[in-house]
Amino acid sequence: MDFRTPLAKALGIGSAKAGTAHWWMQRVTAVALIPLTLPFIILLKLCINAPYRETVAWLAEPLNTVCITAWILAVFYHSALGLQVVIEDYVAKEGAKIIAVWAVNLSFLFLALAALLAVLRIILVG
Amino acid sequence: MAEFTLPKNSVLTEGKTFKAPADAKNIRRFEVYRWDPDSGENPRVDSYELDMDDCGPMVLDAILKIKNDIDSTLTFRRSCREGVCGSCAMNVNGKNTLACTKAIDSYPDTIKIYPLPHMSVVKDLVPDMTHFYAQYASIKPWIATQTPAPADTERLQSKEDRAKLDGLYECVLCACCSTSCPSYWWNSERYLGPAVLLQAYRWLADSRDENTGARLDELEDPFKLYRCHTIMNCTDTCPKGLNPAKAIAETKKLLVKRQ
Repeated sequence: MDFRTPLAKALGIGSAKAGTAHWWMQRVTAVALIPLTLPFIILLKLCINAPYRETVAWLAEPLNTVCITAWILAVFYHSALGLQVVIEDYVAKEGAKIIAVWAVNLSFLFLALAALLAVLRIILVG
Repeated sequence: MAEFTLPKNSVLTEGKTFKAPADAKNIRRFEVYRWDPDSGENPRVDSYELDMDDCGPMVLDAILKIKNDIDSTLTFRRSCREGVCGSCAMNVNGKNTLACTKAIDSYPDTIKIYPLPHMSVVKDLVPDMTHFYAQYASIKPWIATQTPAPADTERLQSKEDRAKLDGLYECVLCACCSTSCPSYWWNSERYLGPAVLLQAYRWLADSRDENTGARLDELEDPFKLYRCHTIMNCTDTCPKGLNPAKAIAETKKLLVKRQ
């Protein structure tokens, strides 16, 4: 038998006193991605249509490098924040939830590092 | 994972049909969810054909007609029959509403009546509201002050500050909104749901309350508050025309403001 009162169950172990930064950063990155996606589309267009040298030259322009790196940081951060919320919504088992959230966060960190390194390699080594 | 398979005893079966009197000319068919915890049987849908020339205009009138004249075993909650008590909240033709303020004529054909979604059923159309009320109690829905009340007057409030409570104080806690919210379906153990969050904001918005910071501390939680993804079912379904989604958004704005 469970003799805990309904109020004890509703109160649970209390408030995490967190979540605002997570929610706010999801909005901030979403807004940041609106302008940042434009240089990314230009890069995609170059990748498909332009010769390799021309694409590398475009990416090596300082402003373009900054824009693409910023896009990479924002897009992977935004994805990690968003997918964490989806997992918290649908994975009810506590252990599975923790493992899934870590897996998602570490995967996106790994992908972001790989993407950043790729950009550096291309503009430095060519 | 969220449970997508149906628990035991939840598959609906076809129940009895109660025909309208032979001389009835204006017939409406009502299909009503029935479940008796004592029988051990699966829930069933009973059909009642009512003579609308001998029935009141609202969905609740039809249910009362069934209870009084046709099948006294039908179990449901009702009290004020004018949208003030919030007792007769149920799912009518797929949308949560108060049966007492919803006209039968606002539906085209057969009317299907089910209990509020994703709640444990006590019997027929009566859901178990224990956890919902406990969540309401958990937000301390009363004024909290440190300043003693003035000796000779009530606590004063400007007309402008009083107007901030419009759209909040009218909530009758019928739970139509919370039980229409998918986030509440999946995570109601921890997520407070739109009704309770609207009530929580009602106290955040009250100029006489001196406990805003502590109230925000209690709400600032990935599950209690931030399971709201602005799905808007709450605002869409509210039988009182209120906007719980806006109240939740205002709460989030306050939390960002105090960062």
